[in-house]
Amino acid sequence: MALIEIEHLDKIYNTTAVPVKALNDVTLQFERGEFTSVVGPSGSGKTTFLNMVGGLDRPTKGKIVIDGTNLAELKGSKLVEFRLHHIGFVFQAFNLIPVFTALENVEFIMLLQGISKEERQKRAIELLEAVGLGDRIHSRPGQLSGGQQQRVAVARALASKPEFVLADEPTANLDSKSAEDLLTLMEELNREYQTTFIFSTHDPRVIKRARRIVTLCDGKVEKDETV
Amino acid sequence: MYLNLSWRNIWRNKKRTIIAVASVFFAVIIAVNTRSMQLGSYSYMIHSSARFYTGYFQIQQKNYWEKRSLENTLLQDSIDYKKLRNANYVKALAPRLESFALISFKNTTRVAQVVGIDPQMENEESGLKERLVKGEYLEPQDYSGLISKGLAQLLGVSIGDSIVLYGQGYHGQIAAALLPVKGIIEYPIRELNNTMFYLPLKAAQDIFLTGNRLTSVAVMIDDNRHLEKAKQALSAVIPPQYTLLDWKTMLPELHQSIQFDNISGMLMLAILYVVIAFGVFGTIIMMINERVKEFGILIAVGMKKVRLLIVTFWEIVFIAFLGAASGLIAAIPIVWYFSLHPIRFTGDVTKTFDALGIEPIFSFSTDPLIFLNQALVVFLIALATFIYPIYFMKRFEASRAIRS
Repeated sequence: MALIEIEHLDKIYNTTAVPVKALNDVTLQFERGEFTSVVGPSGSGKTTFLNMVGGLDRPTKGKIVIDGTNLAELKGSKLVEFRLHHIGFVFQAFNLIPVFTALENVEFIMLLQGISKEERQKRAIELLEAVGLGDRIHSRPGQLSGGQQQRVAVARALASKPEFVLADEPTANLDSKSAEDLLTLMEELNREYQTTFIFSTHDPRVIKRARRIVTLCDGKVEKDETV
Repeated sequence: MYLNLSWRNIWRNKKRTIIAVASVFFAVIIAVNTRSMQLGSYSYMIHSSARFYTGYFQIQQKNYWEKRSLENTLLQDSIDYKKLRNANYVKALAPRLESFALISFKNTTRVAQVVGIDPQMENEESGLKERLVKGEYLEPQDYSGLISKGLAQLLGVSIGDSIVLYGQGYHGQIAAALLPVKGIIEYPIRELNNTMFYLPLKAAQDIFLTGNRLTSVAVMIDDNRHLEKAKQALSAVIPPQYTLLDWKTMLPELHQSIQFDNISGMLMLAILYVVIAFGVFGTIIMMINERVKEFGILIAVGMKKVRLLIVTFWEIVFIAFLGAASGLIAAIPIVWYFSLHPIRFTGDVTKTFDALGIEPIFSFSTDPLIFLNQALVVFLIALATFIYPIYFMKRFEASRAIRS
């Protein structure tokens, strides 16, 4: 059974005068350990797709099953709980908690999971060392560069030991070197922890490193190719 | 860690937090001082009125208060002073025989309030001896009196002169006596200063032919705060045929004016509270709205709304607590100073006080409840602003917030 099964997914936004069909009959499957880029021009539905898979938004039609759990059956706090334990997120603008240090940002997710202080500190340090920030664990986001912040965000996404990580344009705010370093890091983590990564991007550097590329256009899967 | 997060969150924008804390701080200072001055002044008015006139309570024969007649007196032997003294909060007792009479000296006659007293007990109750400005204080066996200064001046009496007392005694008999003036006392209130004449109880009972009778036993307690408890304690020990009147019944004008003033004071406080509530509310709205995206992210990564609300709740608690606690600390020395150095009014303002028969003094109360209540009210008002985060979170959608 695939880790993520998506069947006939539609998403229509009715908030505008003319309803917008952001996703149109999307059917996809993702296996464990994949390193996939979801690509397409602006407005093609990449972010909407990630929001659906991440359980942040509800589809108008269709089904998303993650590791045997149909997301439609999870409501309110159950869905939040599911995200906490199964899905990691990396955002374009890093979105770390500004008043927490790097260590605390990573630790915080494990606190939500109810993990003991010693265990979460140990794991947070391990993860920060794994992303190359072992010497900056007590720095706050404001004291870190964009690349370093995004590394902390990756460590945070992995802290809950998720089944997969959704990254929405993770390199969009990074310079070339930081973007390359981040991609290398994510590849290593993907290999080492067998964590599935799904990116939305239109950054050629990310597309080049992906092992599978799903192309969306006007909300439809235009291409799905394994590299 | 949640507390840590809340604490650090409030310092993200130091200036705003300081302004919010300062608004609570000043609200508590103003509220505590205003209330302390109000309640302190009421307490002082009540206490001084009770000391001057009535005591906090009077034990009387039923119907005496309505008719003020010597026919409605109580028997002195029926009063168990020991039991009354042992009642909770009771500080002093003063048996009295009171009546109105004409007092004459040479060609001048005035109406006076004649009060037969136990000199020692009366002094304990009303501090009468401290009011002596000339002559000597009474002894129980004396057959002489103390006259108030204003009345003495109206009559042209001085120490050693004898006045003629003429009035109605028990059962309609004539009460008449020639009494030497042993001392002159002075009251700060004109009404009392122009009318009072004291004589020993035994002499009064002989002159008014009442035998072993009293019109009342005045009771002083430690503080008006204990009025109701003292009432219960006293009611349990007075003979059932007698009644216990409190100062509110005996001084209805004072009670009503305090009630009226209290309501206007409360209204002022309510306005202050509303201003504070909106100030804190504004801060909370800003704190929430500037973190919409962050809330979205936190919910996306697995933080439940309830936990976010808890974090926000603690932020409000911290702001409210810092303001309330610092306000309390700052208010204490101010109130303390004015409780030791009450504000004494002079000039035309005193006329208003005179009309109520009270000294023109604004005294401050140091009752701990005032501090606690005001801090608690301001704190609760600040907490009430938590309604906004609840409303906000109920409608919150993480995906939309992240896109914002």
